[in-house]
Amino acid sequence: MIDLSRRKLILTGLAATAGASGLAMAARLAQKYGLVPPDHGGIYGLGETLTFASQRLLTRHSLAREFPRSQISPRPFPNELAPLTEDFKRLQAGSFAEWRLSVDGMVAQPASFSISELKSYPSRSHITELVCEEGWSYIAEWIGVPLSHVLQLVGVHPQAKYVVYVSMEPDTWDSIDMADALHPQTFLCYGMNGNELPVAHGGPLRMRLPRQLGYKNVKFITRLTVTDSLKKFGKGVGSAASEAGYAWYVGI
Amino acid sequence: METLESAQITVEACISSSVSTAPVTTLPPRHSVLVRVTHWIITLCFFALLLTGVEILISHPRFYWGETGNVLTTPLFQLHIPSSRALVPTGYGYVLPDQNGWSRALHFEAAWIAVLTGLLYAISGLFTGHFRKDLLPSRADLSWRVLSTSIAKALRFERPSEAEASSSYNVLQRLTYVFVIFVLFPLVIWTGLALSPAFISAFPASVTLLGGRQSARTIHFFVSVALVLFLLVHVTMVCLAGFRSRTGAMITGRTAARKEHT
Repeated sequence: MIDLSRRKLILTGLAATAGASGLAMAARLAQKYGLVPPDHGGIYGLGETLTFASQRLLTRHSLAREFPRSQISPRPFPNELAPLTEDFKRLQAGSFAEWRLSVDGMVAQPASFSISELKSYPSRSHITELVCEEGWSYIAEWIGVPLSHVLQLVGVHPQAKYVVYVSMEPDTWDSIDMADALHPQTFLCYGMNGNELPVAHGGPLRMRLPRQLGYKNVKFITRLTVTDSLKKFGKGVGSAASEAGYAWYVGI
Repeated sequence: METLESAQITVEACISSSVSTAPVTTLPPRHSVLVRVTHWIITLCFFALLLTGVEILISHPRFYWGETGNVLTTPLFQLHIPSSRALVPTGYGYVLPDQNGWSRALHFEAAWIAVLTGLLYAISGLFTGHFRKDLLPSRADLSWRVLSTSIAKALRFERPSEAEASSSYNVLQRLTYVFVIFVLFPLVIWTGLALSPAFISAFPASVTLLGGRQSARTIHFFVSVALVLFLLVHVTMVCLAGFRSRTGAMITGRTAARKEHT
């Protein structure tokens, strides 16, 4: 019934070989150009990788939509907070004057900054939407210093690929690649709607990147580590969230 | 080409009406290999998307219109189901377990596979003439007489005659498939993409045209409901036409098991 000619066999063999080597080549290129997310393993790795790679190719430099002041949500919804730690409460009692953000890893000069030092650098703001993975959202004005400015001050090594950021909340940390770290809308955020950033929204210091979902915007940032590999951090999948089964990259 | 095919169909009709013992394998397949394979891949993806979509919805069963919306704003409507988040006011005294991690991962993975499979189907459908021959209703089909007969038959749950059923789709089936393939599927993909903060940063019109992010989410929900309704009607029709023969045709391609009815 099926005509298995020699020509067909040879053609099929050639096509299969070309396909397999094409895939291997694509995987190598994707790795080289930073298109593979740290949580690419497991049964959902295919979807995570396709999303991250295609969005890095299409949206590397695009800017999140900014809104007019009239569209700022009158009541921004603060999501559930874990109970604040004693350490946090002590710093809060001192109006966060003692809060430090330390920067280490692959940098020329490891440093540590107080909130007022961060505020002394050129301040930027954008009116953008914060979007929760659950589906709700609100618009606020976010004020802070671009992460790229702080990275420039400490001098990032050229081989750096990721910035890991750690919260004062226990077991809360995340990371972003350099495309997001150097993106002009990625802020170390200390203000909201013209005021200090409220504790409920992550004050005194929160990571703010409007092109990813809310949970990537980690609250209470105390430490940044610049690195070329996420393997040594936790279980090596890039964030506490992805260790709990939530995607590392949430530009979706 | 055209004459050859119609001749084939006539021959097939003769065979089926006179000698039902004719070797089934010589008949042209009811569905091409590509249609059959893409049909079942998309079926699997559809169920994955539906299940995970419901799980994600449970974390915030409220819908809004416009750009923003959260528990501090008035919803357009709320589904009266329990939620997997404590801060959503549901009226239920308990909170369901959080399933969003794997649900979201599977939702997007299934979406990728469905979209890539759908693209393959759409491109081949254009080149093989599958859309033109099998799905687009002919001009004659769109007359009121044909339409009303077709609707009346459907309302009476009348089984199509064997010759009619094995050759092609009637006008109602064609219109339904065209609507699902060219309206509902593109709309559910579009409204899904409009929820991606990174995608809309590069293509802001994709969300502003829909009236904002929360509008896009609400439309995404209603299109999904429409797709579930289509699924119910589709499976009902398959059962009425003969579940084994129709499902068999979508697996093996053959209009086999004629004996079932004769």
